[in-house]
Amino acid sequence: MESSGHSSHAGGAEKPILSGASAMARFLVEGVVIRHVGPVDLAIRAGECVCLSGPSGSGKSLLLRALADLDPHAGDARLDGRSAEGFAPADWRRRVGLLPAESHWWTDRVGDHFARWDGEAAALLGFGPETRLWSVTRLSTGERQRLALLRLLANDPAVLLLDEPTASLDAASVGRVEALVAEYRRSRDAAVLWVSHDPDQAGRVAGRRYRLEAGRVVAEAAGA
Amino acid sequence: MIHLSYVDLALAAVLVLALGLLSRHLGLGIERSLGWSALRTAVQLSLIGLVLKVLFQHVHPGWVALMGAIMLAAAGREVMARQKRRLAGAWGYGVGFVSMFVSAFTVTVLALLVVVQPEPWYAPQYAIPLLGMLLGNTMNGVALALDRINQGAWQQRGAIEARLLLGADAATAVSALRLEAMRNGMIPIINAMAAAGIVSLPGMMTGQILAGSPPLEAVKYQILIMFLIAGGTGFGTVAAVWLGSRRLFDGRERLRLDRLTDG
Repeated sequence: MESSGHSSHAGGAEKPILSGASAMARFLVEGVVIRHVGPVDLAIRAGECVCLSGPSGSGKSLLLRALADLDPHAGDARLDGRSAEGFAPADWRRRVGLLPAESHWWTDRVGDHFARWDGEAAALLGFGPETRLWSVTRLSTGERQRLALLRLLANDPAVLLLDEPTASLDAASVGRVEALVAEYRRSRDAAVLWVSHDPDQAGRVAGRRYRLEAGRVVAEAAGA
Repeated sequence: MIHLSYVDLALAAVLVLALGLLSRHLGLGIERSLGWSALRTAVQLSLIGLVLKVLFQHVHPGWVALMGAIMLAAAGREVMARQKRRLAGAWGYGVGFVSMFVSAFTVTVLALLVVVQPEPWYAPQYAIPLLGMLLGNTMNGVALALDRINQGAWQQRGAIEARLLLGADAATAVSALRLEAMRNGMIPIINAMAAAGIVSLPGMMTGQILAGSPPLEAVKYQILIMFLIAGGTGFGTVAAVWLGSRRLFDGRERLRLDRLTDG
């Protein structure tokens, strides 16, 4: 399929990263290839939110999994200039937090899944302290999605990789999630990569917008 | 001890034959496999009887070791065949083989050297049956445990990866499944020990009594065997789960279900 591009990224990890925009990057993606996706290059500054869209099956989720180092892939990702290889895998995933489209829970009590309970953030999404005692099996899809985000933020990640984080939420909840992520991004200087199908949402949350097409990340025309 | 003639065996075979006829009459359709496995029992056991006879006549550690190696290899194959999903490549065989080697072999040698103390210590009359019983039971435990952990990793993929994504290391992410698999492997022997003598008379003890041993001697041997089996199965299961679950993750602690094949 792809005739060019691959070779230029061989040995991409050796590229000097202190050049141009990438020197400013909190999160830097260099030549990441996973199955039919890539090579992908992307730089996200501290406190910046970048939106990624693309038809289903284009590999958005696959790309996010590679960035969280959850699947074998080629290329490299860097946090504040430091390569993923330089982190213990668990540390990398704590710093580069991926919110998958579908959340999974491994015990029945909600509170067991949280490193710590941030009452303020929880209240913002409509959860009181008693939520910690709730049974996971009785959560609605929307509650699961919001709690999965809170559970991720409790780890204090420096990078957020959000895979359609508001897909099953009503309009009011969508607004609260967007506000919470924006607040988190500003207060922690976090870099956010937001996958969304909704062009309006992309316009609200992100500065730069990209599409994943035929395995390549291409910039979307402003205002499109 | 009352000797059995071939006529006696033929009489017992009539039972199997009758079952086959009933199966045909009822349309059960098992007469073919019934006949085939009855024949296999007769042939395989006769062959092993001949082998043991020769082995007992030529007591040499090399022959005993060779016999042990063949039994272990066969047990390794059986463990692999019993897993619905198993590790691809040499690992599928190796995990079961290695864990049975470290448990069943070690426990057998320990029992021979420290407990039974035959002369010489590798006397095949003791070494081969002991190893056989240990391997047979360890094999069950290891196969059950490996089947559980591989199936479990497949089914609980989402939950395991969710834990990885929240910063758990591989050992933590798979810990609940590990314990479940270990329990799965050990439950049969625990149940067997609890039911021994009340619900079931273990086969080895029954055989010894039928062959004319005093019941209390047979019982002592059976207790010894039960404890050895419990130890062998338990340690073998733990080793298999430990090795198998490590292989499910790579150096970057990613869950690698692509390393499983659908057996």
